[in-house]
Amino acid sequence: MLRYLLNRLLWIPVVLILLSLVTFVISRLVPGDPVKLAAGPQARPEQIEKMIEEFGLDRPLPEQYLRYMGGLLQGDWGYSIGNRRAVLPDLLTYFAATLELTVVATVFGLLVGIPLAVVAARWRDRWPDHLSRFVSIGAVSVPVFWIAIVLQLVFGQLLQWLPVSGRFDPRQSYPQSITGILLLDTLLAGNLSGFWTASRYLLLPALCQSLLVIALITRQLRGDLLDMLRKDFVMVARANGIQERILWSRYLMKNAMIATVSMLGFLIGFALGGSVLIEFVFDWPGIGQYATKAALLLDFQVIMGSTLFIGVVVVVVNLFTDLAYRLVDPRIRFS
Amino acid sequence: MRELLVDIKALSLEMVTLDGVARVLNGVNLTIHRGDLVGLVGETGCGKSVTAMSIPQLVPQPPARYSGGEVRFLGENVLEKSEEELRRLRSRHIGVVFQDPMTGLNPVFSVEQQMVDALLSKQDLLAATAWGRRWLPSSRMQRRHAQERAIALLRRVGIPEPEKRIHAYPHEFSGGMRQRVLIAMAIAGRPDLLIADEPTTALDVSVQAQILRLIAELVREIDLTVLLITHNIGLVAQLCNRIAVMYAGHVVESGPVRSILREPQHPYTRGLLQAIVTEKTRRGTLQGVPGSVPSLYEPPPGCRFAPRCREARPQCTAALPRSIQTAPDHQVACVLYEE
Repeated sequence: MLRYLLNRLLWIPVVLILLSLVTFVISRLVPGDPVKLAAGPQARPEQIEKMIEEFGLDRPLPEQYLRYMGGLLQGDWGYSIGNRRAVLPDLLTYFAATLELTVVATVFGLLVGIPLAVVAARWRDRWPDHLSRFVSIGAVSVPVFWIAIVLQLVFGQLLQWLPVSGRFDPRQSYPQSITGILLLDTLLAGNLSGFWTASRYLLLPALCQSLLVIALITRQLRGDLLDMLRKDFVMVARANGIQERILWSRYLMKNAMIATVSMLGFLIGFALGGSVLIEFVFDWPGIGQYATKAALLLDFQVIMGSTLFIGVVVVVVNLFTDLAYRLVDPRIRFS
Repeated sequence: MRELLVDIKALSLEMVTLDGVARVLNGVNLTIHRGDLVGLVGETGCGKSVTAMSIPQLVPQPPARYSGGEVRFLGENVLEKSEEELRRLRSRHIGVVFQDPMTGLNPVFSVEQQMVDALLSKQDLLAATAWGRRWLPSSRMQRRHAQERAIALLRRVGIPEPEKRIHAYPHEFSGGMRQRVLIAMAIAGRPDLLIADEPTTALDVSVQAQILRLIAELVREIDLTVLLITHNIGLVAQLCNRIAVMYAGHVVESGPVRSILREPQHPYTRGLLQAIVTEKTRRGTLQGVPGSVPSLYEPPPGCRFAPRCREARPQCTAALPRSIQTAPDHQVACVLYEE
């Protein structure tokens, strides 16, 4: 177990070095000049000269790469050529927003998805099953930005119940950052009205993002539950007089959750890379927006930083998924 | 007369599948008295398991559908019982051992968890000690109590070092050991009836004998009444005192083991017995039953065995033959004996 963990942890640097190489090469091969983009059309040649020197762009590529990686090892993530801000603090701020959105959306997705799957499997081919199929297939087949815009129109424009963009009311004083996760920060500060405001801003984007989770979990788990229902051990449990309620909640669920856990790990890892569409529609300042804007401006140090950061996150989430596997399935041995 | 435990009368059952409606059971009659060791024999697909599993109502509906008759257990018709009544019936009065021990245990729970749950549910304590109430001192005591009983049961069915092994997961047990665990769970409630559905078919030959010996021992020890489902007549001869022979959804002959093995009446029973290899069988003389099992979707009219029967007569296809007593306690459903 410990050996397995160490082994997996040792692979992280290897993955990151490969990822950094690929990202570095691609971000330099892309046509376009980040310096000209950042300096603007009216920039004088000597200004551009100075920026090229400042970011070391006049040096050979291998040297640039090694210098960047060397800085990274010392905790220097560089700074944006666009707005001259340090990359790491921005990255953390944006990532906190994405993390908040992902966690809330995933929890909500589980709370809705699991019961929906159970109900669908329990009453197979009856109306609860049809309803759950309609919800889940609808949620994956309609583009998420379209659903987002409809939600904005209905709850923001028409009913005026909820704010439709941003993370917090600009008229209120922004909560002091402790973790960067507003729901936590406001609670820690005992700021209940701030918590309420942050929740209202979070609701629609989280709802949007949870739709995919709900849809995938419902389909996966329903199928797995029905598979399990045909297993002999279900017959044995019934023959032993185990109540249906306990059979479903205990015996079937743990077996059926195995595939769902791995899918969930994949979904969370993916979502923590930022859901660009949702972040743009709701103007949610997440890491997806940050990275996308950097990519458009060829802001190479931000591109490098965010790619590596997301890389680490995905690797860590995968590791946790594998560990969660072990909790669900005793047959899995780590070696 | 001993107490009548199971009385199946004219039971008919259909399976609704994509290919149509299969008439799986066609007026099955079967009685089991307390203390009986009944062997239910017949070819694969003849309805042995469905008949037996109808007693604890473990036949999934759909696709199955009962279309007639009744199944009385201790006088009450189980076809009319509610889900909760059936659950109590299964947990207290009927134990079942299934064919495949490899898949009979839940792979993600330890043997201890599964046995404790089964034992508690047989005492109707499972719901009261589950979930939120699981950590109450009373629940923990009940569970510890059940665990001790589980260890004792495992020791009884021949699991070495049960105190240690009980914490293992099913994949750490061999097939024979898993079947022992499943037998322990089935007899835990001291059931009135033990249904053993081909309990040794999926096991190695060397293990089969051990499991059979175990079942025979338990029968003597706790006065079990057994319904043994098998296609192996040799096994029935060893273990049982009564035989019921099924063919295509119908019990064609039933009676005491000796009577049937010495004087089989029904042409199908005779065919089955001739198909057994014994030391007297000479090379080239082994006979089977010619032809093959009829389609249950469009069963032949009258006696379903008639198309394969060497002694078939015109009246065989006219109507289903009545059950006729030819010797004490020995019934056969065949027109040959209708005089």
